[in-house]
Formats: sequence, C-alpha cells, structure tokens
Amino acid sequence: MIGIQPIDQYARDISDEKQHSVIDGSAAGTDKRYYVLHKDYPDPDALRKLAAAIKDHTLHHLGDYLAKAEKSLTQRGVHVHYAATDEDARQTILTILRQHNVAQLTKSKSMAAEEIHLNPFLIDNGVECLESDLGEFIIQLDGDEPSHIVKPIIHKNRRDIAKTFLREGICSDYNDDPGTITRRARVHLRAKYMEAQAGITGANFVCADTGRLVLATNEGNSRFGMAPVPLHIALVGIEKIIPEEKDLAVFLNLLGRSATGQQLTVYTEFINGPRSANQPDGPEHMHVVFMDNGRTDVLASNCKEILRCIRCGACQNVCPVYRQASGHAYRSTYGGPVGAVLSPILFGSRFPELADLPKASSLCGACNEVCPVDIPIPDLLLRLRDKAKRESIPSAGAIPMSPFATLATSPSLWRTAMTMSKAMNHLPIQVAPIKPLQDWLGQRTLPESHGGDFRKWLKNRKEVRS
Amino acid sequence: MSRSAIFAKIQSANAALKTRAAYPKYDMVLVHSLPKLEGTDLWEIFARNFSAVNGKPMDSVSQLIDFLKTNQQLHGYCDPALFDAIGSRLAAAGLIVETEYHRDRYDDYQFGITRATGAIAESGSVILDDDRTSHRLAALSPWVHVAVLERAEIHRTIPDAIAAFGDSSNIIWCTGPSKTADVEGILIEGVHGPGEQIALLVKGGC
Repeated sequence: MIGIQPIDQYARDISDEKQHSVIDGSAAGTDKRYYVLHKDYPDPDALRKLAAAIKDHTLHHLGDYLAKAEKSLTQRGVHVHYAATDEDARQTILTILRQHNVAQLTKSKSMAAEEIHLNPFLIDNGVECLESDLGEFIIQLDGDEPSHIVKPIIHKNRRDIAKTFLREGICSDYNDDPGTITRRARVHLRAKYMEAQAGITGANFVCADTGRLVLATNEGNSRFGMAPVPLHIALVGIEKIIPEEKDLAVFLNLLGRSATGQQLTVYTEFINGPRSANQPDGPEHMHVVFMDNGRTDVLASNCKEILRCIRCGACQNVCPVYRQASGHAYRSTYGGPVGAVLSPILFGSRFPELADLPKASSLCGACNEVCPVDIPIPDLLLRLRDKAKRESIPSAGAIPMSPFATLATSPSLWRTAMTMSKAMNHLPIQVAPIKPLQDWLGQRTLPESHGGDFRKWLKNRKEVRS
Repeated sequence: MSRSAIFAKIQSANAALKTRAAYPKYDMVLVHSLPKLEGTDLWEIFARNFSAVNGKPMDSVSQLIDFLKTNQQLHGYCDPALFDAIGSRLAAAGLIVETEYHRDRYDDYQFGITRATGAIAESGSVILDDDRTSHRLAALSPWVHVAVLERAEIHRTIPDAIAAFGDSSNIIWCTGPSKTADVEGILIEGVHGPGEQIALLVKGGC
C-alpha cells in the first residue's frame, strides 16, 4: 500500500506565489532556447546527437581520459587531488585552505559543491565562505536551497529578495527594483572579493588533452573572485572530462543556448594553471579536486547515460511536473527530470527515500527532446521504476491493479460495479476504506459517473436493429 | 587512496561494457552558426554580433572620448602599452588617465582600457589572454571596459578561436557586459563586472 508520494505532497502544498514564479521562469527559458537554437542551426538535432556521442565515448574510456587530464594539469603546475566521497572532498578542500591560511573566500556557483554541502561545512570549520553568484548569494542569505540548476532563485520574487537584503543589512532601506537589488549586491560582493584569500569554483568542462578547465558565467563572478586572490580550488565531478579542446566548440554552443538562450555565456574562461609571470592578477596556486561521490556507481548502473549531463537546466524548464512542483519537491541537489534520474542513484544510500522521483513523470518525453546531450530520460526513469519494484520499495509502488483486473475480466462483476458506481455520485467516495483510492482521490476530482450507460445504449441499439 | 579506488571502480564499471563508443568524426562546419557568419568583413561581422549582445563596437578614439564624456565616466586606467595611442588622447581631452592600477582604489576607476588579444566574429566576443593583456582587474572593476582590438586578431568562428589557444594558462572570452537574470528573469547588466563592454578597433602596431 502506498501513501501520498512525497513529491505529490510537496506539489500540493506549494504556495501559489512560488508556483507562479517557477512556471513563468521555466516557460520563458524553454521558449528562448527553442528560438535561438533553431534560428542558428538548420538541424540542431545533429549537434546534440554528436555531443551525446562524444560524451559516451569519453565515459566509456573515462579512466584513460581522467588520467590524461591529470597528467596535463600536473605538467602545468596544477595540484591534482582525488575525492572518492563527499567527506573526502570536504576534507581535501579544508586541508588545502588550512595550508594556505585561508580565513575568508568567495565561491562561484558549483553544483558539485552544492552536492557535498561545502558552504556550511567550511563555515563550521571557521572559514568565511561567501557565494558570489547573485542567485546563490541570496540563497545563502536566506539559508535556502537552490531550486534550479541555472536559475537558483527561480522560486523567489523581487519582494522576497528586497526583504532579505533589508533583514541581512545589505542595505538600509527596502527597494525591490531588480536593478537596485543587483547594484547593492555588486557593491557588497566586490568588497568581499578584495578581502578574500581564495576562490572556489566548479568547472563546466575539463579538456583531457591540455587540462584546460572551462568556467562559464554570465555575471563574471568567478573571474572577479579569482582576480585578487592567490589560491584557486576547483571541485570537479569526474564526468566533466571531454577528450579534446576542439570538442568545446560543440559543447559551448549547446550549453549557452540550452541553458539561457545565449550563443555563449558572457564570461567563458579557460584555465590550466596558475597565472602567468607577467600577469599581476590571479592565483599563484591552483588545485583541482576530482570527485567521484557516487559517479562510478552511476557509471556501473543501467542509467549511465545521465552522466552525459552538462547541467544546463533545459529539462527542468520544459518539464510539466517540475513547473508544478518546483525544484525543492525533488528534495535533493538536482531537481527536475535530470534530478529524478540522478539523485536516487548518485546518492545510492538515499535510493529508497528518493525512489518516488522516477515516478513523478508522465513520460511525455519533452526532457529528452530538449536535452543538449540527448539523454533518454524517460527510458532511464522506467529503468529506475523497475529497480524500485524489484527492490520492493513502497514509496515507489503503483496502485495495486489486481482488483481492477478481477473486475474487468468478469462481465457480471463489471456490470454490478458499473451500476454501483452511479451510487458513488451521491456518496462521499473518499470514505471508502481503500487506502490507495483515498490517496489517489485526495488529489483529484472525479467526474460524475455514468456507469452502465454505454452498455445500455449498445443493448438498445442491438434491439432496434433486430 | 581515493585515486586508486576511483580508477578501480571506473575500470570495473567499463569492463562490463560489451562495446565501447568510438570517438565520432565530425566536420566543424556543423557547429558554425551560418546566420551569425553572414558577411565578408570580419570587423563588420564581429560588430554586428557584439552589438547583439549589447556590446559597443567603436572604431575611433574620438568616438570613445564622446561616449565617456556623455556618460560622465571621466577617470580611469589605461594599459601603459596603450597610453601613447589612446590614453594620451583621452588625457588631452580632459579625462583623468592612470597607467597603474591600485587594488585598494578599485572603485576610483570608472573605465579600464586593456588590450584584447583577439576577438570572435561569430559570437561577438573579445578575448583576453593573460600572457598579453594587462591587469585582469582593470577589465572587471570599472563600469566601462574598453578592449582594444586589432583587425588582424579577429577570428571568424568559435572553433578558430579554440584552435588558436596556444600555451596561455588563462584565456577569457567576454561576450558583452556582465549580466544576470536571476531576479524574476529580468536582464540587468553590470552585476560584478562592467556594465558597458566596448571593443575599440585600432590600426595595427600600437
């Protein structure tokens, strides 16, 4: 027997205001992406299938490419570390920070860092760690969680943010004009960049042939955060590797268009070492932490295609379930269709807890259509439903169909049920002592039953004919 | 320890594969955006695409002086290597031009003039390569960044610009002013970096 699945519960309880923010924000993203991709390319499908093929090739040879990237980086004076688990990653980063006596740092948006809850850990260990992406900065001030991969505060409106700024002393008066909000964050954050002793980033791609890490931002926060500091630490999931630099042309063209409808993000930075001797700004020390944290389990699973993901958020924008439920309903770092696949398997021990996520899809296929690396998300969701069923996980269970099967195979029982169903129009069916039915009806209104009408019509028709 | 554990798990996961995907051969033409590449003159193609991302292409120093004066951006930094060709003319026009960037006064600079080491016509991006450009901060903290560009350094396409990376440990492509749409999807320029991104075309040799 099942209760209401947690994601359904969340979708039911979400406020109208938050839901409208999410629906408007995600719909706008979908329209823009479609327009830009099709305006620029006669056959965008060919490009995303190519990207998928490059990613699959890389994943199938991941050991070789990871070793190659490590070698390229090391030769360029970059310190390379490996972290098998989230705890390893946190400890590795803390150790590096302590070696460099870092008390204060800024961090640009990184889903990998979100995944391991790096901020609270560093703050607990006495390192002031400030998010510099505007959206993430607001999330941090609110003690909230991002609800979208690219637009972390898609669930907030300007009034929420203006209140937060006033409450947290970013400014001394309430002003909800988006331009003013941005200006105030600009003044606050640039002072922090200048005070900091380190910058932490993620990476969008790492080229195995030269070790170049690619950072894509629109705000320029990662560039600014690293310009005045002596230390750069990049936390990178091992699936971020691509074989060669030339492949960047494929991925960068897809990333910007899929994420925000731009050909390229404003700042696209390529880094494979400490700053040059003749450059006065930028880190003298660079560390890269390659993190597994469940990725090799995903690689060994029958859902390995999800590792192609380049974190553009297009599947979230287009998903009807995401739009209604918001990213927080997925109760994990990754929401939306990608999260429904990735979260239950990436955080393996949380599988039973998150096993309802793969159920939260109508399998409409929109996520696959917009995916820049052609991940067959609906297929993967079905594989995970199957896994949950084989492991007998109750939260992922379906409404038992056997009573329906009995009814539907016996004409006399069926006839009785149809007649009875008319009586239901006058009875509160919610009181029926059938738990799955109660749960199901708790979120739906049944139309009036006309049980038996079709049979009656057919019977009369036969009589008229004869 | 983590390293060997991770490599062992990758090897074990991939050992189970029946076939491994080959690296796909592809023609770079596939990634060219033909509508964006229309035209023959690289500066004109660049200027069109740079304008589309709200950059401001300029081809004369007097145009730049007018812009800075109109917008009351009267005090800034200029890469010493560009002082003779550009900075001195701004100073002669009454603007305050410094050739040293002092971090502790980062808010004093209203404009920053640094050398673009290239540009991409297809995307309207200016390229700053650490090896050949001055202060990173001078291109970030001022409200106006002026990237000084030579015609011969404009790449036609994104793949061309990638092929020309060379040996530099830090290269950045700037495609318009710093921007965000985090608040209700509304576009705001000048978040952390410049609110105005200018590309100034100069004749070679400066």
